[in-house]
Amino acid sequence: MGVCSVIRTFLHLSIKPKTEARRCVRLLQKIKTEHATPQLYTTLHRRACSTVSTPRITTHYTIHPRDKDPRWEGVEMERFADEADVVIVGGGPAGLAAAIRLKQLANKHEKELRVCLVEKAPQIGAHTLSGACLEPSALTELIPDWKERGAPLNTPVTEDVFSILTEKYRIPVPMMPGLPMQNHGNYIVRMGNLVRWLGEQAEEVGVELYPGYAAAEVLFHEDGSVKGIATNDVGIAKDGSPKDIFERGMELHAKVTLFGEGCHGHLAKQLYKKFNLRENCEPQTYAIGLKELWMIDEKKWRPGRVEHSVGWPLDRNTYGGSFLYHLNEGEPLVALGFVVGLDYTNPYLSPFREFQRWKHHPFVAPTLEGGQRIAYGARALNEGGFQSVPKLTFPGGLLIGCSPGFMNVPKIKGTHTAMKSGMLAAEAIFPKLTAETLDSETAGLHVPEYAENLKNSWVWKELYAVRNIRPSFHNYFGLYGGMIYTGIFYWIFRGKEPWTLKHCGTDANQLKPAKECTPIEYPKPDGKISFDLLSSVALSGTNHEGDQPPHLTLKDDSIPVARNLGIYDGPEQRFCPAGVYEYVPLDTGDGMRLQINAQNCVHCKTCDIKDPSQNINWVVPEGGGGPAYNGM
Amino acid sequence: KCPRVSPVVTLCYCFVSPQIRVKPDNTGVVTDGVKHSMNPFCEIAVEEAVKLKEKKLIKEVVAVSCGPQQSQETIRTALAMGADRGIHVDVSGKDYENLGPLQVSKILAALAKQEDAQLILLGKQAIDDDCNQTGQMTAALLDWPQGTFASEVSLEGDKINLVREIDGGLEHIKINTPAVITADLRLNTPRYATLPNIMKAKKKKIATVKPADLGVDLTSRLEVLKVEEPPQREAGMKVETVEDLVVKLKEAGRV
Repeated sequence: MGVCSVIRTFLHLSIKPKTEARRCVRLLQKIKTEHATPQLYTTLHRRACSTVSTPRITTHYTIHPRDKDPRWEGVEMERFADEADVVIVGGGPAGLAAAIRLKQLANKHEKELRVCLVEKAPQIGAHTLSGACLEPSALTELIPDWKERGAPLNTPVTEDVFSILTEKYRIPVPMMPGLPMQNHGNYIVRMGNLVRWLGEQAEEVGVELYPGYAAAEVLFHEDGSVKGIATNDVGIAKDGSPKDIFERGMELHAKVTLFGEGCHGHLAKQLYKKFNLRENCEPQTYAIGLKELWMIDEKKWRPGRVEHSVGWPLDRNTYGGSFLYHLNEGEPLVALGFVVGLDYTNPYLSPFREFQRWKHHPFVAPTLEGGQRIAYGARALNEGGFQSVPKLTFPGGLLIGCSPGFMNVPKIKGTHTAMKSGMLAAEAIFPKLTAETLDSETAGLHVPEYAENLKNSWVWKELYAVRNIRPSFHNYFGLYGGMIYTGIFYWIFRGKEPWTLKHCGTDANQLKPAKECTPIEYPKPDGKISFDLLSSVALSGTNHEGDQPPHLTLKDDSIPVARNLGIYDGPEQRFCPAGVYEYVPLDTGDGMRLQINAQNCVHCKTCDIKDPSQNINWVVPEGGGGPAYNGM
Repeated sequence: KCPRVSPVVTLCYCFVSPQIRVKPDNTGVVTDGVKHSMNPFCEIAVEEAVKLKEKKLIKEVVAVSCGPQQSQETIRTALAMGADRGIHVDVSGKDYENLGPLQVSKILAALAKQEDAQLILLGKQAIDDDCNQTGQMTAALLDWPQGTFASEVSLEGDKINLVREIDGGLEHIKINTPAVITADLRLNTPRYATLPNIMKAKKKKIATVKPADLGVDLTSRLEVLKVEEPPQREAGMKVETVEDLVVKLKEAGRV
């Protein structure tokens, strides 16, 4: 294996054309294409059946392949490759837990194991966003002395408050022990800081961490098993042509690859299709979570207090609710946010504006008065639970964490199960990797033991017990029906009822046409408690290299105006928490066009999930771009 | 025939997050957890040094950074871009908070003598403090010529031809070596530090020194009295006619 990569490297160095020659070829190509008018170029690439010439939006090579693109002729596409034992995609709780566990086992058994982890964020933790109330069970299993090692779990939960909100009032709901939302023994954490700490622990045990490098492509052996991943190419201009500083990404080959991309990962999406991993489970359902960090007036600060609410401003048939946690890290900081189930039906709903509106409720606003907002962000989370867990293993790889989705929805916790899944993956892989003979039919290791072990673990029991709570909201009484169901079947019967309720299908299919729905009148932001979208996006610190193809790719550039705007009044303008999608008037003539402000993207994945036409395909932008969350 | 010069490239490890807030006690800004990386102008300086090495005009590129443990990341990036070895000047805690251009210049001057450097390349200014002083002070301490705001650099024998971006336009100068050059935006477009190069850079050497080893005294001659946020931008006002505008300007005392 090692010799092959050395030979490949030498070939790469010797056959790579000189920079000057490459530049010359590229200039010639540019002259060739500049003579073709932009309109003609669009025509060449638009679908045969469209009647209106749509301005070209998507330039990404996943939609317009480079091997057919004249501008890429003669460009060196050979990639440098390196070998590791295990490659992990994603530096979140699951990925890091798996990496740490692998190296712990390797160090304990004195085996050499090369574990490489790639993460698209510029530093570990910069793309992490969560409430969060952490159940420390998995962390204690992974690193029993986490307290001595300085893990940032500084705020034990002291008060647990649950409310049903109406427009003006609040109905308190008693937090009985045994209810899933009860938080005794848990910690309020700033997940970004915990993930950063996990990163440090991983480096200490010898994991190779590579933040700032996104896994852009899955690589396959000839027998169809997963060979590893390739990181993103850099230096592609906005129109899809190569720049002078174009560099190919790198290939990381591994015996087994773990995919821990978090909720709705883009590589996982490809793997589901390739290996048919979703044939025996329900489609995943999701919610979007928006979050802010506030520095509040000290008099209002009650460290350790956890508040959750349901009800207003959402109607009883739209799933969602809020959280507000008082942190205890030396300053009066609260983490608050709003979650909206993405199976909502009204295309006029804006999760961002529901969040801003909720903050004005008489029970919430006093806490924030006199305070200052210091951070904002958003991320999709999965809600499918037990019914939506796909097949977890395939030749050469496996899925961990929120990517397949192990979130306990009524508890609103997924970190402990994500970490446990990572640890179980590591424990299943390790003996196979270090066995005397590599026992595998395929070139990439297949580790079905991981799925079996997961099904025998507390993760599975937990998910099974709460499996019917989320689907129980799909009844005429909506929220209230769901709460009654939870009260009876979970609190009393502990989820042992013999039936399993189904979800309603994919979130994207739930939207009703705009003409069947009423627009929602949202109040204007007051600039003190509620804010507008653009100033919020600025607080997320998000940025991307401007001169690159938009990573929100459309399979068909003409569908947004024809279908999304025509039938649903452009819901992406409202569900995107970062203002990426805008319908603006055409420069000439009547009509609108979709403008994609890719630089604003906070990598939440909501658009890929909720687009009613399923035309948007989120792919990873150049590594290092995206939000710059600090302890979110 | 071109002489072989060995440059020292210095890098700033500064915070690049757009969201900065002032500490509650007004003594500074919050830097904990804020994204730090290489100063963009220093990236340009590194790129220029690597380009000169690729043209075989210089022998060796040494990347230097002054700061806490984490600033080694910046040196690694420079090594991944093509620098040969790194020197990390370990400054942390209170010393790091007080580290200003004068202290850095003293450190660089000492290092330049130690390394027998012929060329020092820096970014023109750091984007966190915008001081634009380190290059100039270093040249003064060493009594070397300086070419600041360079947008074009070429070596000619033992002299350097430089084009400087100044307020009036472009200035062409010729300076002797050894010299200090600070890079401006249009000098070049820095290459990406690709992952294979980052991996190779892990094997390149980074030496750690302390300022005391270089005989540098870090006491600051400046005392920060207070750090405040800029005043909140107030809403503008629209007026209907030019007469209204004049009235409003007079009211505000501007006319």
